[in-house]
Amino acid sequence: MADFFFHTLLGQLVLIVLETLAVLVPLLLGVAYLTLAERKVMAAMQLRKGPNVNGPFGVLQAFADAIKMLTKETVIPSGANRMLFLFAPFLTFSLAMVAWAVIPTGNGLAIANINVGVLYLLAISSLGVYGILIAGWASNSKYAFLGGLRSAAQMVSYEVSIGLVIVSVLLAVGSLNLNDIVLAQRHVWFCLPMFPMFIVFFISALAETNRAPFDLPEGESELVAGFFVEYSALAFGLFFLGEYANMFLMSGMVSILFLGGWLPPLGIAPFTWIPGPLWLIAKILFCLFVFIWVRATFPRYRYDQLMRLGWKVFLPFSLAWMVLSAGFLMVTGLLPGGAG
Amino acid sequence: MMTQLVFYVFAAVLVLSATMVVCARNPVHSVLFLILAFFNAAGLFLIAGAEFLAMTLVIVYVGAVAVLFLFVVMMLDVNFTRMREGVQRYAPIGGVVGGVLLVELIMAFTHWRVASNIDQIGHIVPSSPARTNTAALGDVLYTHYIFLFQSCALVLLVAMIGAIVLTLRDRPTGRRQNIDRQHDRTAADSLEMLQVPLGVGVAAQGGFLRPHESYDVAAVPGTYGTQAWREREMEEETQTALVVITPATGTKGQDNA
Repeated sequence: MADFFFHTLLGQLVLIVLETLAVLVPLLLGVAYLTLAERKVMAAMQLRKGPNVNGPFGVLQAFADAIKMLTKETVIPSGANRMLFLFAPFLTFSLAMVAWAVIPTGNGLAIANINVGVLYLLAISSLGVYGILIAGWASNSKYAFLGGLRSAAQMVSYEVSIGLVIVSVLLAVGSLNLNDIVLAQRHVWFCLPMFPMFIVFFISALAETNRAPFDLPEGESELVAGFFVEYSALAFGLFFLGEYANMFLMSGMVSILFLGGWLPPLGIAPFTWIPGPLWLIAKILFCLFVFIWVRATFPRYRYDQLMRLGWKVFLPFSLAWMVLSAGFLMVTGLLPGGAG
Repeated sequence: MMTQLVFYVFAAVLVLSATMVVCARNPVHSVLFLILAFFNAAGLFLIAGAEFLAMTLVIVYVGAVAVLFLFVVMMLDVNFTRMREGVQRYAPIGGVVGGVLLVELIMAFTHWRVASNIDQIGHIVPSSPARTNTAALGDVLYTHYIFLFQSCALVLLVAMIGAIVLTLRDRPTGRRQNIDRQHDRTAADSLEMLQVPLGVGVAAQGGFLRPHESYDVAAVPGTYGTQAWREREMEEETQTALVVITPATGTKGQDNA
């Protein structure tokens, strides 16, 4: 059996498909239940009940939503660019999926354990802008277009500080491999020595996924619903799924870069009994809970405040921290790799 | 076998999409084909084993440069009939430029000579499977070519500052938020409590209510508190005053709700 999977071409292809399914099926189920969890958690925070009709505690609500979405009519605006209009949601959705290829769920447990894993993640997340820009433009609607432009400007701005935060993490690791990044946190998770960067990264992740309090692209009060105003049925569903899958991805990145990935908090008995993938899932779920918590707590930023925070606060701060941590590592001789 | 097949797929799509960049009628489609071309170039880099270059190509060109292209192109008001007129006018010039480039390329490739010491140049950093090409590139760039690298960075810095200088306009009419000024405001210098007799109205105050300091003066950056501002303020003072009607009893204010 092992021979078939590792030594024949067909076997390897089947293995890749199985590995992909093993990541994507739980991810999509997670996305479905994240929408429910968001409504439940926010309801609890606002002293409401949330969805409670479909199934016990409303657990079937996610499927009810999916069926509703699938049976709606697909409307394509008359002046829209049909090809691009339909392409945009598929792009957004598939980009949110392909990034998971490099996320390690255990030591060496990734579909692709590549040397430039962080760069791959950065590249994929920087592509997310296209789905939004194309959707905004192809809809031939001024609300959608303005929403798309806003969103693109916001995502490009916060990518800069995300990049710098990642650089300061990489300085401490000495490798672009995600597996090595987690292993470098065996002794202490990076969220402790780099606490300010952890916060900057988390807030930038909120902005990058267009979540509250940075959900200006949606801005329902002035832009109706932003870049996906004109979308309906399955196309809208794909945007929706893509957005939530991106939240999972960003939480995954936070967990791997700062919360020690699959590592338990302490390397001693009761913690090590729980397998690594479960730790990673627990950390991702914690981050997602904070995403929802933030949404229920903070009011939306004004657009100029958002840009000010990104360019005038986060960018100089993360740049200064990068230089500082490089200097600190150099002086203390902790710089990995050394003079190679 | 597999690698060759993948190479030909990437190469064919790259050439096709590069052609479509030029041929597409809609400029937005052109930019999107350009992005496709970048992707396939990244794929070719990956096949060649240059994984760092491939990812950087995607991050820099697709993730940043092409987004700005797309931004600009999407906001253009494209007029297709005007563009078609333009084709007839500019076709000869374009043809001449293309011809010159073609001749130059032919001349360059027919006289292509490989440096005699290629073996030494190519192996400044010995390659080994344990060494990622990110590390190898870093070694070459930061040890052997550090000054050239720094000069590149300087050129980019100058370009960046130039772009800022060219586009930054400090418009006096712009309503910029001055957070320090907002924090410095106290009730004392922005509120004036007046007792207005009930049933008389504000006729005695000039007939209307408005802020003590006129917004268009206060909003100009850098003018707050200057001589010009004070003169303007004195002028305003003679005309209007902020009127806050203090209710006779504490509960009166609730009536507005």
